[in-house]
Amino acid sequence: MTATRPAEGGTTAPPRRGLVEQHRRLPRVAFPALFLLGVLVGVTLSAVTGFSIVLAAIYGVVLGILAVYAVSRVVEGSRKSFDRLVTCVVTTAFAVAMVPLVSLVWTVLSRGLKRLDGEFFNSSMLGIVGEGGGAYHAIFGTLVITGITALISVPIGLLTAIYLVEYGRGRLKKAITFLVDVMTGIPSIVAGLFAFALFALFFGPGVRMGIMGAVALSVLMIPVVVRSSEEVLKLVPNELREAAYALGVPKWRTIIKIVIPTAMAGLATGVTLAVARVVGETAPLLITVGIINGTNLDPFDGRMATLPVFAYYQLTQPGFPPEYAIDRAWTAALILIILVMALNVVGRLISRFFAPKTGR
Amino acid sequence: MTITSAPPEPPRPKRRIGDRVFAGSATGAGVLILLVLAGVAIFLISEAWPAVTAPAGDIPGGDGLSGYIAPLIFGTLVAAVIALVVATPLAVAIALYITYYAPRRLAATMGYVIDLLAAIPSVVYGFWGIATLAPALVPFYVWAEDHLGFIPLFAGPASATGRTMLTAGIMLAVMILPIISAISREVFGQAPALHREAALALGATRCEMIRMAVLPYGKSGVIGGAMLGLGRALGETLAIAIVLSASGGITFNLISSSNPSTIAANIALQFPESTGLDVNTLIASGLALFVITLAVNMLARWIVNRRADFSGAN
Repeated sequence: MTATRPAEGGTTAPPRRGLVEQHRRLPRVAFPALFLLGVLVGVTLSAVTGFSIVLAAIYGVVLGILAVYAVSRVVEGSRKSFDRLVTCVVTTAFAVAMVPLVSLVWTVLSRGLKRLDGEFFNSSMLGIVGEGGGAYHAIFGTLVITGITALISVPIGLLTAIYLVEYGRGRLKKAITFLVDVMTGIPSIVAGLFAFALFALFFGPGVRMGIMGAVALSVLMIPVVVRSSEEVLKLVPNELREAAYALGVPKWRTIIKIVIPTAMAGLATGVTLAVARVVGETAPLLITVGIINGTNLDPFDGRMATLPVFAYYQLTQPGFPPEYAIDRAWTAALILIILVMALNVVGRLISRFFAPKTGR
Repeated sequence: MTITSAPPEPPRPKRRIGDRVFAGSATGAGVLILLVLAGVAIFLISEAWPAVTAPAGDIPGGDGLSGYIAPLIFGTLVAAVIALVVATPLAVAIALYITYYAPRRLAATMGYVIDLLAAIPSVVYGFWGIATLAPALVPFYVWAEDHLGFIPLFAGPASATGRTMLTAGIMLAVMILPIISAISREVFGQAPALHREAALALGATRCEMIRMAVLPYGKSGVIGGAMLGLGRALGETLAIAIVLSASGGITFNLISSSNPSTIAANIALQFPESTGLDVNTLIASGLALFVITLAVNMLARWIVNRRADFSGAN
């Protein structure tokens, strides 16, 4: 006879107590409530020791997480409680990352809105001392240079990624993969030095042209496009390619009709991040394009103004009285952010409309 | 029984014109990258050469080239290391949160918000760093000097403006955070659904599922992302040029107002006013930066290659 046999001898023995305990759960509201309780205790604690928002937040979150973990550990066991701990930590990490973003946007908005007026978009800095003036020349300079950069970089980057994923074999593929990685690490300032030297070779030292900036920015943008596109193209399942080959589709049509549409969302994200990186890149433009006060939109003729360089010089060399230039700098920063956000939205829309619907 | 004849030779795939053009242009693009990179390297070396061969006294600072570059290299590395240490765990956690914890409806928006952080230009980060972040960190530096002063990192005296190496590092961390997390997110999201569901079906909690099915799959992506982040941190120029109060030599003291500059920031600040040998010296320091990033990338590539088995296309 075994000891586990139920005393009554019935056929429907109730499950043992230990099994029931493993599935014991608290109601769904319990853990948020516990967390809030911990936060409250933390805030009180910080109030006792001298209140500051930062300390209150730190104490509160730590105590809240501890409360959730402790109760879950007692009630639900170690595995479940560890899961809850990780959930809390991961959520907190996301919240922490939001702090600088909110703070940055708030700072730029509150300081930049002051000069966000018609004059800022309509006038350049030609003949402006002190009040007034705008960034018309810089905004269009940035658009021209970034446009040329994208025209150079996206085809080269995308084709290289396709080469690496679809065609590349042997030593050349290895070399290109490796060197694209190296190129990713090229600091923007070095890319600027490169473009400067390249053009100084033909036009003599002291040359400044918009196209130099575009070349420098392309050196930065191409590897970003390649890396992100490659990563995404690699994730396209081989089964899709094989299915296309089995139907007799030539390789190049497979790539254009199957591989790229499948990866489109990721490609758009990659290109968007690349453009976003390039739009705000200041250092290479500082060296290669310089700054002028008037409007010059010909990238093959002399200095141009660009928005990031404009913002930088307005902030660091405001002249006298400084406050007007500093206001202009913040507004330029605000416009840069808006420009970049618009680019992001466009990228999202592209990926939404062109990506195929997947099963999952 | 029939005699088995040799199977007919498989038809050779036709090389269509479209294929040839496409393959050719793709290869050409790849080769172009090699040429560009070779151009960068050749130029840097040739332009740095006058500074390498110049007598020590002619180099700015009078201590020779290595005496000029060493503090800059040190500053660059310290800032980048702080950034990477702060950003990587945070970025991985954020990527996990967005892919597996956030409410499905909100996840896309949250991803977009984090991408926004990547989109913000470096010069704007510099503005924010000097106007908001640095003053906000001053109380912490004062506290750290009082209570943690026995650690050399916090020896002080605490900077009154907050324009310290630690501020620069934290700012860099914010800047590289979205890069690391975007790549990690992409890879975590692609972890095979069957593996994940199998783990859950076996009774794993969500955290155990992530540890067993997602992290092994996503490891190379995370390292790749961290590498991209490090690349940006090492080469970040204007944000640091604006924020860091650079006036000192090599020091591990992260909260004082005399810090070593970084190579890139130093070039940006000095280049417009430099001529002659000074330009060559700056380019030599740029070459040093180039070599450092090369070493970092080689190491990272080696790590990623060990993990190549987890790639999706095999």
